[in-house]
Amino acid sequence: MSVLVFLEHHGGELQKGSLGVLGKAATLGDDVSAVLAGGDVRSLAAEAGKYGAKTVYVLEDDSLEPPTPQPRVDVLATLVQDKGFDAVLFGNSVLAADVAAGLAARLDAGLNWDLVDLSSDFVGKRPALQDSVLVDVGWRSTPRLALFRAGSFDPAESGGGEPAIEDVSVDFEEHSRGAKVVSQEAEQSSGPSIEDADVIVAGGRGLGAPENFTLAEELAKALGGAVGATRAVVDAGWYPYSAQIGQTGKVVSPKLYVALGISGAIQHKVGMQSSNVIVAINKDPNAPIFEFSDLGVVGDVHEIVPKLTELIQQRKT
Amino acid sequence: MKIAVCVKHVPEGHARLDPTSKRLDRTGEGALNHFDANAVEEALRLKGDSDSEVVVVSLGPERAADSLRKALAMGADRAVLVSDDAAAGSDLVATSAILAKALERENADLVLFGQQASDADGAVLWAAVAERLHRPVVSQAAELTLTDGSLRVKRQTEFGYDVIEAPLPAVVAVSDAINEPRYPSLKGIMGAKKKPFETLSLGDVGVDAAQAGDAGSKTEVLALGEPPSRGDARKIEDGGNAAQEIVDFLAEKRLV
Ligand SMILES: Cc1cc2nc3c(=O)[nH]c(=O)nc-3n(C[C@H](O)[C@H](O)[C@H](O)COP(=O)(O)OP(=O)(O)OC[C@H]3O[C@@H](n4cnc5c(N)ncnc54)[C@H](O)[C@@H]3O)c2cc1C
Ligand SMILES: Nc1ncnc2c1ncn2[C@@H]1O[C@H](COP(=O)(O)O)[C@@H](O)[C@H]1O
Repeated sequence: MSVLVFLEHHGGELQKGSLGVLGKAATLGDDVSAVLAGGDVRSLAAEAGKYGAKTVYVLEDDSLEPPTPQPRVDVLATLVQDKGFDAVLFGNSVLAADVAAGLAARLDAGLNWDLVDLSSDFVGKRPALQDSVLVDVGWRSTPRLALFRAGSFDPAESGGGEPAIEDVSVDFEEHSRGAKVVSQEAEQSSGPSIEDADVIVAGGRGLGAPENFTLAEELAKALGGAVGATRAVVDAGWYPYSAQIGQTGKVVSPKLYVALGISGAIQHKVGMQSSNVIVAINKDPNAPIFEFSDLGVVGDVHEIVPKLTELIQQRKT
Repeated sequence: MKIAVCVKHVPEGHARLDPTSKRLDRTGEGALNHFDANAVEEALRLKGDSDSEVVVVSLGPERAADSLRKALAMGADRAVLVSDDAAAGSDLVATSAILAKALERENADLVLFGQQASDADGAVLWAAVAERLHRPVVSQAAELTLTDGSLRVKRQTEFGYDVIEAPLPAVVAVSDAINEPRYPSLKGIMGAKKKPFETLSLGDVGVDAAQAGDAGSKTEVLALGEPPSRGDARKIEDGGNAAQEIVDFLAEKRLV
């Protein structure tokens, strides 16, 4: 079984998510390769060897540094066609999901997504329907494409040596070069880091309006904690990106996580599911967040939170 | 200009898998995937007062007509439903092949998708469809603007925000924060009944039954199991005393 792992890099570093997947691939068999495409990527190839890549395919090209998926589909399709890989593995990210799905269509290859594990006989484990069921999934043809849920595997060095480095050359499709990144805005972190907080009070769209974030802030202050947010409210400009929790935000594991008006989408869950105690207030009794809360409260945040803050303040005095 | 919006009819409430077929149980009530309401809203916003056309496209059972009608009631101009028993159980490869064929017939300048299907949570279909259509794709759009012949998207990644431009025709998947979808008005609901509505079979869109449904799928569900449980979770209704109950719970856990 020959396996190819899609490696992502940012700011001169290989990303943990894809290294975790590479480490996983190395536990499944020995024929493991990785692929890196971007500006200054040759220097990163050796690092991939430590995580189990025997061969690293490199396409060093400044025009590939911006994270657009379609040229990467061309790169992977070329490699699969030339080398005949049995499987291509991806760690989920905004970029990787689009590369994986584009490759599936290009090659008419099966893609299983949101996997949390994979066995050496290629049966994948996927929690489905808001994680209410754990499904075993398989493939009917090769190459098998697998997209793993963010954070499924911690990167583990497997003691591998220097990998062989091979250059790849690719003819790009015209449509692949259509989308262009014109600017990138790095995260501005301000205030105390939420990753170290013992208590996090996170707000979602159920707060109703940006100014209602004061409800979360006051409760957080009473509990001695920090404030977090969902992508929906960050994208809408209600709260800064640095406070976002989830797949494209921070991964946190405080002693207490209080979710206010948050539905509990999978992409939010992956950022906070290892919190010790989770308390959720949501007015929809069917909200997915209740599936993984220790205390779920069906009710209105505007009614409950001010009282809760007051009661906690009273206890302290 | 023509804008096509791909929308899905999803089960309402708690979705479940049928233990025998191992497929999603679609026998209960369904509704328009709420993430797709954002895509419909965005198409209507881009259309504005212009004479652009907004066509909504879905692949699904006959009942998916309800979701398309809702999109028409919101203001879309026309609906296309691809419905065929042979398409049931299509995976990503098969679904993207069928939708791409239906979209080729439309030849829209812009194809919009929602952020994810609430039953599948794949958040992947657009990239597969764009590949089949040979068009540029941009996903997770939190802001979208069109200027003569090209589009501009602001979108979130793991590292911050990127601004991406692409020439039309193109495919864009919007985030759920891009807008606040309107509710259909009574007038909209009445008007929707008179809007053009096409129901097509696989043959009509030029897809061979062998490329669709179970036969055309490259992945399969092998078994269903129980996920690990989180222990003794409690759920209460607020009867006016919830704040105190939360404090008691936190005190019991020694968190206050
Ligand atoms: C590639 C990708 C990456 C993503 N990354 C992230 C990420 O990093 N972090 C993240 O959070 N999301 C992420 N998402 C988005 C995620 O899928 C959800 O869209 C998002 O988490 C929803 O945010 P929300 O819970 O605030 O809003 P909604 O889903 O709109 O939920 C609002 C909730 O508030 C409840 N509510 C409304 N009014 C009240 C009230 N008065 N009192 C109590 N409850 C009320 C509602 O019942 C509802 O459940 C990502 C999505 C994709 C596709
Ligand atoms: N059967 C379908 N018919 C039309 N559009 C769909 C269908 N399934 C998914 N979509 C679109 O693809 C998006 C992503 O779906 P998914 O990748 O399945 O999570 C949805 O938000 C819809 O816009």
